Amino acid sequence: MAARKTTKKSNISAEELTGYYRDMLLIRRFEEKAGQLYGMGLIGGFCHLYIGQEAVVVGLEAATEEGDKRITSYRDHGHMLACGMEPGGVMAELTGREGGLSKGKGGSMHMFSKEKHFYGGHGIVGAQVPLGAGLAFADKYKENGRVTFTYFGDGAANQGQVYETFNMAALWDLPVVFVIENNQYAMGTAQKRSTSTPDLWTRGAAFGIAGEAVDGMDVLAVKAASEKAIAHCRAGKGPYILEVKTYRYRGHSMSDPAKYRTREEVQKVREEKDAIEHVRDLLLQGGHATEDKLKAIDKEIKAVVNQAADFARESPEPALDELWTDIYAEA
Amino acid sequence: MATEILMPALSPTMEEGTLAKWLVNEGDTVSSGDILAEIETDKATMEFEAVDEGVIGKILIAEGTEGVKVNTAIAILVEDGEEVPAEAPAAATAEPAPAAAPAPVAAAAAPAPAAPDTDSSPDWPEGTAMKSQTVREALRDAMAEEMRGDEDVYLMGEEVAEYQGAYKVSQGLLDEFGAKRVIDTPITEHGFAGIAVGAAFGGLKPIVEFMTFNFAMQAIDHIINSAAKTLYMSGGQMGAPMVFRGPNGAAARVAAQHSQDYAAWYMHVPGLKVAMPYSASDAKGLLKSAIRDPNPVIFLENEILYGRAFDVPVMDDFTIPFGKARIWREGSDVTIVSFGIGMQYALEAADKLAEDGISAEVIDLRTLRPVDTGTVIKSIMKTNRCVTVEEGWPRASVGNYISSVIMQEAFDWLDAPVINCTGKDVPMPYAANLEKHALITTDEVIGAVKQVTYR
Repeated sequence: MAARKTTKKSNISAEELTGYYRDMLLIRRFEEKAGQLYGMGLIGGFCHLYIGQEAVVVGLEAATEEGDKRITSYRDHGHMLACGMEPGGVMAELTGREGGLSKGKGGSMHMFSKEKHFYGGHGIVGAQVPLGAGLAFADKYKENGRVTFTYFGDGAANQGQVYETFNMAALWDLPVVFVIENNQYAMGTAQKRSTSTPDLWTRGAAFGIAGEAVDGMDVLAVKAASEKAIAHCRAGKGPYILEVKTYRYRGHSMSDPAKYRTREEVQKVREEKDAIEHVRDLLLQGGHATEDKLKAIDKEIKAVVNQAADFARESPEPALDELWTDIYAEA
Repeated sequence: MATEILMPALSPTMEEGTLAKWLVNEGDTVSSGDILAEIETDKATMEFEAVDEGVIGKILIAEGTEGVKVNTAIAILVEDGEEVPAEAPAAATAEPAPAAAPAPVAAAAAPAPAAPDTDSSPDWPEGTAMKSQTVREALRDAMAEEMRGDEDVYLMGEEVAEYQGAYKVSQGLLDEFGAKRVIDTPITEHGFAGIAVGAAFGGLKPIVEFMTFNFAMQAIDHIINSAAKTLYMSGGQMGAPMVFRGPNGAAARVAAQHSQDYAAWYMHVPGLKVAMPYSASDAKGLLKSAIRDPNPVIFLENEILYGRAFDVPVMDDFTIPFGKARIWREGSDVTIVSFGIGMQYALEAADKLAEDGISAEVIDLRTLRPVDTGTVIKSIMKTNRCVTVEEGWPRASVGNYISSVIMQEAFDWLDAPVINCTGKDVPMPYAANLEKHALITTDEVIGAVKQVTYR
């Protein structure tokens, strides 16, 4: 296997590393299963997989506290699993069933969990950015010390509303971490073909927002950056930008023919930079886990995903009267 | 255990495809993520990746085969050392989803009963003291009262605080509630509307003032996609309890980009509630209800009406429910249905028609979502004739919708076709004479009434 960068972190515990391995593997196996169910026609419409980007949400979530909020775009399955939402409920929403987190009415792009402080799941590119700042606005108003993670991609980073939001977030010192998940492609358009400057985090400078770029294929680096960003927000210093450089292995959505990049480019990242393999190496090389232990985790994750898929297939379609519910809240 | 690899659906519309090329051979070991084949869909050639690991035991569909149906077995995956089962499996059929429970309610709206049940109770108890107040003052009082009663209610918008409101509607609110709750925003409707919707998700009850609803077109994605649809998309878990308010429609001589009436646009959207008051008492009572409502409410005001005074009941807590029309004037010959500033033309026309011996009943819808068509139907059963009046454009207008309901529910009571009086089908011109001509006029309402009453 090609040389892979290994972060030397002597103070990292076996338990912590194993946890990241488990969380990232769950996302990858879940997404592979979702891709399979899509291929079988059990999942319809748009389905945007997170494969390749697992270290981003797992690293960021590792630094959060209970009550912190998160909101993202339509590529949202990983975020939901990382914040502890039930894999079965997510998968059953993908199949459009009664047991789905939105009772089958939201689908892949629109899921929410009040309990886990996950505010969607938004299908309009960039719309979640002011919404996330609004969540932070509410927290500041209530003086509850919470922080909101507002995730968006390199594509959304060119939306005007992002900069309207940067301005107000900085003006009002909102406790929001803007996480730019730069997977280098806005649908099929490479960043260099759509974006005038390569370092998206520097765009905060115009508004006086601090930020940094971080290697999104290294879960420990992401976690360290997340801790720093959260501390900045909790200290009342206003927003922070984290540009997490990552890579999406699969297409933009399931119907992406991938003509805009070479198979070799994808293969090279998979072989040299894969975030899960990286943690696997750390675990094995550091003597934190044996091959057998990792195999057992793999098996365990596979069982969780299969169970989620079974639930998603067996859960009935929503009752027809669900068509007419949840349009208005009772006054 | 041997598993079938099935022909995948690779787009939302794909039913069959061409197995263009195999990238693996029988006997090859594959792991998840490896590319197995290239498949041509109706749109493109796609790579198809392995999900499970194993050995390609047998290829069932040769490359180059066209018209392979989705979910047909195309290969068999076995474990290392396992034999391929002797009998090649038949093409798999798509597994049906478990059936949904039968719907207990019919999907189509049931026809209205012969005489609709309507709420005709008075808006305030008889004998209540009244005071004269402008619409502007009534709106401010409504906000101040609700902000006193609920810490989570706050106001944001352009010039709402230090300037005291572009149209002075928020006058004095900054002094009473402070800068935390009365917030001047930069001129960024898209951004601050989105922030307000997020704040509503986060448990606050924002009132967003648009300097005019013309500028809310910048923010309409958040009003509709983020605010109106989230309760539904989340299966009822979270929504946006908030009010978007501000002047709507034509003012005077401000031309095309500042003069549009958005009543029909917002009335179209499930998940929104829409109010468009005419009088000061309705402005106050409806705005208080809107702020308390757990749903996103579009509250359409009118600049010309801001300075007009009406009697407002002196009560500790005066509210008007949504979905209850008001009969301003009883009559027997024709029903004139309007809302917002259209009421001005409707009432003027009714006065003049009375001089000609035509008795018009004038109904103010007050809210457009929900809309009280029951009161309209009941009135038409009495008058057998109807004219609708609004300032907005004629195509897909509020009047069109009301007419359609009347046709379905009161066809047999009609003695004449319903006429929709609307603004003209043009962008608003600037020139004084043209502008006057572009708006609905009292004379046009009178003409329409004479037409439906065959006078």
